[in-house]
Amino acid sequence: MNDVLDALVATVDGVCARHAGPGEDWNPRLWDELERVGVTLLPVPEERGGAGADFVATAEVLRALGRNAAAVPLAETALLAGWLLAEAGADVPSGPLTAALAGPHVALRQDGGAWTLAGTLPRVPWARHADGIAVLVAGHVAFVPRGGYDVDEGANLAGEPRDTVHLRDAAPARVLASAATAQAFRERGALGRTALMAGAMEAATDLSLRYAGERVQFGRPLARFQAVQQHLAEMAGETLMATVAAQAAAAEGTGFAIAAAKAAASEAAGTVCRLAHQVHGAIGFTDEHGLRHATTRLWAWRDECGNEAEWADALGARAVEAGTEGLWPLITAGGDL
Amino acid sequence: MPALRLDAAALPPELDELRRDVRAFLAAETAAGRIVPHADNWLAGWDPAFSRRLGERGWIGMTFPPEYGGSGAGSLARFVVTEELLAAGAPVAAHWIADRQSGPSLLKYGTEEQRRAYLPGIARGETSFAIGMSEPDSGSDLASVRTRAERAGGGWTVNGTKVWTSGAHVADAMIALVRTGPPGPSRHEGLTQLIVDLGAPGLEIRPIRLLTGEHHFNEVVLTGVFVPDDRVLGTVGDGWRQVTSELSFERSGPERILSTFPLLAAVAGRLAERGGAGGGDRGRIGAVVARLWALRRMSLAVAARLAAGEAPATEAAAVKDLGTRFEGALVETVRLLARVEPDLASSDPLANLLAQSVLHGPGFTLRGGTNEILRGVVAKSMLPSGEAR
Repeated sequence: MNDVLDALVATVDGVCARHAGPGEDWNPRLWDELERVGVTLLPVPEERGGAGADFVATAEVLRALGRNAAAVPLAETALLAGWLLAEAGADVPSGPLTAALAGPHVALRQDGGAWTLAGTLPRVPWARHADGIAVLVAGHVAFVPRGGYDVDEGANLAGEPRDTVHLRDAAPARVLASAATAQAFRERGALGRTALMAGAMEAATDLSLRYAGERVQFGRPLARFQAVQQHLAEMAGETLMATVAAQAAAAEGTGFAIAAAKAAASEAAGTVCRLAHQVHGAIGFTDEHGLRHATTRLWAWRDECGNEAEWADALGARAVEAGTEGLWPLITAGGDL
Repeated sequence: MPALRLDAAALPPELDELRRDVRAFLAAETAAGRIVPHADNWLAGWDPAFSRRLGERGWIGMTFPPEYGGSGAGSLARFVVTEELLAAGAPVAAHWIADRQSGPSLLKYGTEEQRRAYLPGIARGETSFAIGMSEPDSGSDLASVRTRAERAGGGWTVNGTKVWTSGAHVADAMIALVRTGPPGPSRHEGLTQLIVDLGAPGLEIRPIRLLTGEHHFNEVVLTGVFVPDDRVLGTVGDGWRQVTSELSFERSGPERILSTFPLLAAVAGRLAERGGAGGGDRGRIGAVVARLWALRRMSLAVAARLAAGEAPATEAAAVKDLGTRFEGALVETVRLLARVEPDLASSDPLANLLAQSVLHGPGFTLRGGTNEILRGVVAKSMLPSGEAR
């Protein structure tokens, strides 16, 4: 990372520390501060209201938010909704946004000049708190403001909102032709979760290191037990791998790299959670201990935006297609999925 | 808390051309039958003629300056060449240790005369080195070495035994870690590195065969072997510091990830021949590819820090821990995909590679420091001093 990015990440860490609220399902004070810092539309082009930054900076900010268990839809706003709107030529408003990929049960219709959107969108992140949803549907982006849809509240394992959104002939505020692909939507979602997971793994590892240094059993800190040291080192290694994978996927920005990073990080997340809880003993398994803010997110995020089996399946198809001579060039060059 | 830190790094685009050249060379060598892809070939593939052909192309000693016969292309260029060689399963053992470790040590600690004596030969692929660290009673606990060197006229007389010395029976010289003085309270004092001519009188080299019967390891018994003063590497008594500074280079390179890659490539081809992989198999091979991609980027991140003159020893240890376990896990996955019985004598290359990989497997997580010791090193580096002791 360069100094500018280091400073930005330090700012985000500081803002998170001052406005911490990891037990809440939505942290509006933190969101306002992040908007003030200028990171909520980081990768959106400047002429559309964003900061025109690259994936690398965006991923580093998301990693910091993951580290701090920040209850804000920054991945959805910056990487998905902001992208869909800007890509279709619209200015991106401030405020928390979310986005969804329309499945087969969502229909966009035009009747005269008026557009309507009908159907159900499952597990939309933060739908109840977002100012609006950008839906990628049938070659269009339909932006439906809050109030234009009904929500059945749901949550992931960490309590983050994952709402069922009912569109009952909703009238989108805007419908724009879009060249965005469903695959690109999935890849951006996966990149965001990978970066968030890397941060949450750092938090779980840091908490475990601290706890192992403090907790005394049999007259010595846990950290002096070689068996515990092995766990700590393994967690740190997996965390380091996930961090480098998230950074590298952001830098490459290709389907292959993102798929590999999401698959590797999702797998690592399970290992890190298991070991973090083992090191913490029973206290880490309680509501009162902060470890759960990291581990419940990791357990949720590893399955969101495609888990390791789903992305590995796509990678495996490419690997077999590449064959004996092509496999190594595929790993070094990556490319589209 | 001082956790580990790495940042993803990209290879400079100008190395793309180098990679293309190496790939073209390796494809030609393979087509001509001069490379038969083999697992763990940085231990098993001793082929001086192949090493010389690499040397002619400037692909050995890439980290040495031109005045010592190197290309001066740098460590990231070397990273590209070595990972291409390993991925192709090429026989690189004859120059591996000298190129990776002994050469850079000579460059860093050697006298001008020593550099001129050895580095050009290494870069040509003609001079091979062995590592004389482990002993019968000193494995992971390197500070406990008992081989002693005592002052003799104009040099040192060395007595002791080194073990697991890969390639000592075919290499030219060995850099041995020996005791030249009392260990002191840290046990790290009084150690010295000596360059031992493997043809020296008093030296006996006995094979220690692998469980396959292959001869790569040796026991090197030194009985009154004379090493002249001009073959002390670096400073007398400074051996511990010199040896530990090598470790970042030794621990995190592509050879800690790719030892079994030729097996993965072979099974990808086999699945393609069978008309593609079913869902379960596709996911299994894809999961291996994902982790390999991530570990390679991790290894590259360490390489970039090394190239910048840093010594990220702990991060390197973490890469080696994850990478060498991956080398074994790859074999366990491919075994289930291949659906052939491992057989060293089979006419099916996939059965050969599987057999080589299974039988060489135990070594991956032992050599260069066991993974348990490495994880201890990683953990202790992250904990406040005192807490982990």
